[in-house]
Amino acid sequence: MSQQIKVFSNMPSENIEVLFWVGCAGSFDQRAQKITLAFTKILQAININFAILGKEELCTGDPARRAGNEFLFQMQAYQTINILKQYQFERIVTTCPHCFNVFKNEYPAIGGNYTVLHHTEFLQELFLNGKLKIKSDSSSQGTYTYHDSCYLGRINGVYEAPRALLEQLQIELKELKRCKSKGLCCGAGGAQMFKEDEPGLKRINAERAQDIIDAEVDHVVTACPFCATMIQDGLVATNPNKNYDVLDIAEIIAQKI
Amino acid sequence: MLSSFVFCLVLVAATYFFTKNITKIIHNIKLGKSIEVTGSSTARWKNVFLLAFGQSKMFRNIPMACLHFIIYAGFIIINIEILEIIIDGIFGTHRVFLQVLPINIYNIFINIFEFLACGVTLACIVFLIRRIIIKVPRVTHPDLKGFPQKDAIYILLTEIILMSLFLTMNATDLILNPNLGINFFISGKLSEIFIPFSPFTLEMIERTCWWLHIIGILAFLNYLPYSKHLHILFAFPNAYYAPLEKHYGLANMPHIQNEVKYAMEPNLMPPEVSSETKPEKFGAKDVFDLNWKMLLDAYSCTECGRCTAACPANITGKKLSPRKIMMATRDRLQDVGKNIAQNKVFVNDNKQLLGDYISVEELRACTTCNACVTECPVSISPLNIIIEMRRALILEDGNAPKEWNSMFANIESNFAPWKLSIDDRDKWIQNVN
Repeated sequence: MSQQIKVFSNMPSENIEVLFWVGCAGSFDQRAQKITLAFTKILQAININFAILGKEELCTGDPARRAGNEFLFQMQAYQTINILKQYQFERIVTTCPHCFNVFKNEYPAIGGNYTVLHHTEFLQELFLNGKLKIKSDSSSQGTYTYHDSCYLGRINGVYEAPRALLEQLQIELKELKRCKSKGLCCGAGGAQMFKEDEPGLKRINAERAQDIIDAEVDHVVTACPFCATMIQDGLVATNPNKNYDVLDIAEIIAQKI
Repeated sequence: MLSSFVFCLVLVAATYFFTKNITKIIHNIKLGKSIEVTGSSTARWKNVFLLAFGQSKMFRNIPMACLHFIIYAGFIIINIEILEIIIDGIFGTHRVFLQVLPINIYNIFINIFEFLACGVTLACIVFLIRRIIIKVPRVTHPDLKGFPQKDAIYILLTEIILMSLFLTMNATDLILNPNLGINFFISGKLSEIFIPFSPFTLEMIERTCWWLHIIGILAFLNYLPYSKHLHILFAFPNAYYAPLEKHYGLANMPHIQNEVKYAMEPNLMPPEVSSETKPEKFGAKDVFDLNWKMLLDAYSCTECGRCTAACPANITGKKLSPRKIMMATRDRLQDVGKNIAQNKVFVNDNKQLLGDYISVEELRACTTCNACVTECPVSISPLNIIIEMRRALILEDGNAPKEWNSMFANIESNFAPWKLSIDDRDKWIQNVN
């Protein structure tokens, strides 16, 4: 471990610039952990004063609320807001659009008011103020497309930050047929991630995978840990002969710093 | 004069029945739970101008938006002509506006109306072709089986007929009254067909068209309350009451919020517990449990299916269709309205929205991706209704798929949706290098 990661409970009185909200997927899911590690690498590279909640972090309650279990959501919200009350930090940055949305749009009604950024917005800001520089020789091979996360794009209007980042990385983007506000869900939202699909003709991620196959690209960029898993699974099931790279923007940037 | 008397009778009857039916609908909408209307009215009026008058969201699909705009502009602008027809009908005058407007201005107006009338006819024909010949999936979807599909076709045919009557009326009038100084381009061309006809026949045609045109319009007005076409009126209030925030979360449930707070911090509990009224029900099982904006949404829906065409669940063959959620809500509300009209108060009919009109399977298929809400040109949110019903399923009936129950249990015990130990939450740090 080259650098110790700060955990809030070890330094309760320190004023921290960025609270990195890792999220459940980012903490436990093997695929999403890679995104967490990539984003951590970036945070360390820019020497920002950041910390995580570690074992104190907990589910924001998003899947419970969307499934209809408001009681459980309120329990989670109550506990999260109380934990956050104990610490001083300027803003929350999260790699998960679902956590981001709850902090931004749903906790304020319950008394939790924070400045929260999705990591794509935060990374764009770092580029704009010159804090983040990429290696000049880091050319990208193959063609890329970007899959809009519903909770980042349609629900919070963040369409440009991820695209601006890809432009900064000199990655030429081939847009999918359904993109931005017309983007198709990966199939994970609304707590679908945690249950079997309802009966139908196909899985939603297979439908989305077809959009990607039709776009004839080599790599897919995502900005949500759930999308990354769903899209990868959809592509493997729909086109097993081709090996697509499904990468979070943070992972691409981490390779180039 | 007899014709004036008959006209006034028809007009009064049409207005009476229309008002009566609209009043019924407003009563039905008021069956919904109250909600606070917050935010500036300026911002709300801005929405009315952008979304309803300007049809801004229609322009997500430009060709359809243009065709729809022609019909809409025709509908609004040709109404000026209807005013003349009504005055003529009441007082037995003929083209009364000729007495107040200079002839050139009058001709310009009527010529604009005639061009619009042709545009409306053409647009309606294109829409009919899309429904009947091309069978565009969005407008021939199984949701529309039966009356809804016929409803759409009746509307389009009626509009074509009304426009043809208007043009024929003008064409025959041009020959009958050359001394009026009226000069219309389109009906002028059309009038050539009528030249061989005798003055008596022409008069008969002109009067028949005049009467059928105005009776047709009044009948159409009275058809609206039974039809999907009600959106031509309800799109306006629905835009006014649309949420003002660009990005907003799911509605909070303050009662549950407080319940949690008092459970965790009993000292905060107010001494007078009874001062707080516990809602009868958490979430929605029937239309009474929805708020009135959701019910207004149901009446504003014109069943265009932009929501369903964008719904990931519906696209992949699941039973959920956001359009059907709105249609089912309106159907239930209509049935409840009839029940109340018959019995003075609502008498239990052993039915409810949840289960009898909308199935659990449909509700379970939603990914809450917001595509339906984004697509709707008239600010309807099928998602709000879906969420309220999902809440009732869990909070009232404890009805959840077993995977969801495991997810809930995991969040409660491990604070994560998976069955993984709290101690492992920061294990990833070991891999930081």
